[in-house]
Amino acid sequence: MSAMLELKNVSAGYGTFQALFDVTLSVNAGEAVAVIGPNGAGKTTLLRAISKLINVKSGDIAFEGRSLATVEPHRIIELGLSQVPEHRRLFPRLTVEENLRMGAYMEAARPKFAQRLEMVYALFPRMKERRHQMAGTMSGGEQQMCAIGRALMSGPKLLLLDEPSAGLAPVIVQSIFDLMRKIRAEGYTVMIVEQNVRQVLKVVDRAYLLEVGRIKASGSAAELLASDEIQKAYVGL
Amino acid sequence: MEIFDIFLLETVLNGVLFGGVLALLALGLNLIFGVIDVVWICYAELMMIGMYTVFYLTKTFGWNLFAAFAAAIVIVSVLGVLLHVLVIRPVLDSEPINQLLVTGGMLTFMQAAATLAFGIEFRNVGVSMPSLVLGEISLPWSRISAALTALVAMVLLWLFLKKTYLGTAIRAISQDRGIMPLVGVSPARIYLTTSAIGGALAGLGACLLVLQYDVHPAIGLSFGPLTFMVCVLGGLGNMLGGFIAAFIFAQLISIGGFYFHIEWGYVMAFAFFIVMMFVRPQGILGGKS
Amino acid sequence: MIGRNWIIATALLACVPLAVSSLYILHVLITLLIWAFIYTGWSLMGRFGLVSFGHGAFMGIGAYVVTLLWNLQGISPWIGIPLGMLLAVAVAVLIGYPCFRFRITGHYFALVTLALTEVVRSIIIALRDTTGGSLGITPASALKDGATWSLTALQCSDKRVFFYAALVCWLVGIWIWQRIDQSMMRHAMQAISQEEDAAASVGVNVTRAKLTITVISAAMTAFGGALYGQYQQYINPETVASLGVSLQMVFAVIAGGMFVKLGPTVGAVFTLLLTEGLRVGIGNQINSLDSTIYGLMLVLFIIYMPDGILGKLMEKRRAGPRAA
Repeated sequence: MSAMLELKNVSAGYGTFQALFDVTLSVNAGEAVAVIGPNGAGKTTLLRAISKLINVKSGDIAFEGRSLATVEPHRIIELGLSQVPEHRRLFPRLTVEENLRMGAYMEAARPKFAQRLEMVYALFPRMKERRHQMAGTMSGGEQQMCAIGRALMSGPKLLLLDEPSAGLAPVIVQSIFDLMRKIRAEGYTVMIVEQNVRQVLKVVDRAYLLEVGRIKASGSAAELLASDEIQKAYVGL
Repeated sequence: MEIFDIFLLETVLNGVLFGGVLALLALGLNLIFGVIDVVWICYAELMMIGMYTVFYLTKTFGWNLFAAFAAAIVIVSVLGVLLHVLVIRPVLDSEPINQLLVTGGMLTFMQAAATLAFGIEFRNVGVSMPSLVLGEISLPWSRISAALTALVAMVLLWLFLKKTYLGTAIRAISQDRGIMPLVGVSPARIYLTTSAIGGALAGLGACLLVLQYDVHPAIGLSFGPLTFMVCVLGGLGNMLGGFIAAFIFAQLISIGGFYFHIEWGYVMAFAFFIVMMFVRPQGILGGKS
Repeated sequence: MIGRNWIIATALLACVPLAVSSLYILHVLITLLIWAFIYTGWSLMGRFGLVSFGHGAFMGIGAYVVTLLWNLQGISPWIGIPLGMLLAVAVAVLIGYPCFRFRITGHYFALVTLALTEVVRSIIIALRDTTGGSLGITPASALKDGATWSLTALQCSDKRVFFYAALVCWLVGIWIWQRIDQSMMRHAMQAISQEEDAAASVGVNVTRAKLTITVISAAMTAFGGALYGQYQQYINPETVASLGVSLQMVFAVIAGGMFVKLGPTVGAVFTLLLTEGLRVGIGNQINSLDSTIYGLMLVLFIIYMPDGILGKLMEKRRAGPRAA
């Protein structure tokens, strides 16, 4: 069985600054995988490289066996790869529903707009209440729901989440991780980048530990949660 | 005294009609700015070319007026795209002021090239329309139809921006350029579409103005600065603000022209603009900073 | 540093009227020096990111105040010129202070100053009974009964006199540029143009620094306008107070090089050669061919050579030895 998403020896960065070194990882269909690590480890760069917001310097990224090297950035989503970016990045002066419509911008998604809108509203009833509200005026947690909803509107095969809990109040963080479980239950394949190690390891099947741009450890969520290294450095207590 | 008030009323109504056209002109410029973050200083010169297109197609080639209008809109729209591809795109990532200067260069170029090609004579399409007479007030139909067309065009544009995917993307892009690829939008393509729409609006403006004014190579200078001021006053990129600003400007010019002389109307409008920039630099509708 | 080269160059220039008897060449040189002075004035602001489209207003004020005072009140340009400069400075402060105070920069600054030009131009046209409107105005001639010059009216039929006046004026312009370039102000302005907040946080009085530059630049431009009017003996709103003339300044400075001392002068040489070349080469009647080429070149310059001709040459020269 070949992996859905496969990164082989990927190096990437900004200008002369290199943020990723020889990263190799994979995500299989139906899995939830986390990439954990401290601030500045290169986690966001990793997702930006997968979505082609930045170019890789060497190595290859393949999705369903097809290399992404020649795919234009705005066509990535058409392959079934949808990303919820860091800091949510909603369009603040569009309404919730318009933000969701932007999620269904690609041709293939347009005919299914109404159907998927219902699906997202069923998943996040709060979004239905707020559908005519400007996205920028909502709370952080609500914005996160909207951002996830927007990413789901394209009907992705793989959902990439960049620090979904960042910048949110502790109470909200809990509910965001509950949301993650809900999305998993819907059958999506998910790749999450997170700093909140303890929480995220309870949600995912497997995880990779990224430090200073390199994969330092990998294994099942349970193994990593039990390892001394992770316990000391990230879980605390 | 009563007759005096009637004339003032006529002036105000004329101002409203002028405001409608000005609002349309500002809309195109505003759209371009909102999406591409560039001010087309030569916007009114595109319009000038549209006016010449209508003039030559009807006068020299004997086209039907409306066919000439359609051709002018298409031609100016194509010019808008060419302007973007040839002039704007190469400086998209350089300092903002360079973008202003290249289009300033295009202004000089287009105006002078038009002088070379068409001469400095004032030309008129020679379509005369009657006036609507209401008691003692008389309003030329050319102005009324121009204002109504502008209004219809603005409503259509609004519906397009509000109801379609492309329109939503056009509104979204100014709010977050960086993530557009993540939702499957190619900014480069949106820029092209917007340039085409902005050009088409300039072309439409040309059709409306050609019925009321003579065409000459420097006509852009009569409308260009006014149009930027309206956009800035409304808050660049803010279309509703631009709409309101257009009517304020048109009234200042109309009433100033009524009491003194048309140039004083312009002086008042521009002075008002300068003062407003200090009072509300973010535009009349803008929030605090 | 005012080096030997400068003294030799100036001396050579000063000898031109003695060696050249062609009135045409003298005329071209005078026009060149006056414009070079005005462009240098504009570049003081432009090089620090204050791109003004309002210099048409300052030039127009300088030219019109002097001519109107002389024609209407018989006030000598000796008084008129300082008054014109004063008015231009007052207007510059009136517009500049709020602009700098409220951090109006970039596009917005360009558009506010553009509005200023339009205000001045519209006022000149609106007051057509006194200013002659768009037809322009000629200073009343003081050269009657065979007189060849009048000191009070600052008029003179001998072009050589104007040549020396323009030469001195241009040298002063270059000197001012250099003084500013070597002053503390230059560092302050450079810091501001790169990062306004950062400059303010290290104690640069942003508003004051910008205002000082603006005042000097406006005063120079108004003086240039007055000199232009006195020399040409005819002014109209299009040639001294329009968006067109403002754009012309911008173009010449960018073409020559905004960031080098002689850049604006090279720009003046370049534009004048272009205009005169086309005029002599192709003929008088096609007077918009030069503007067509200007416009196109402005676009090409900004896209391909934003540092200007001289800027590019100097960069090459600096890079040359290192590469070798």
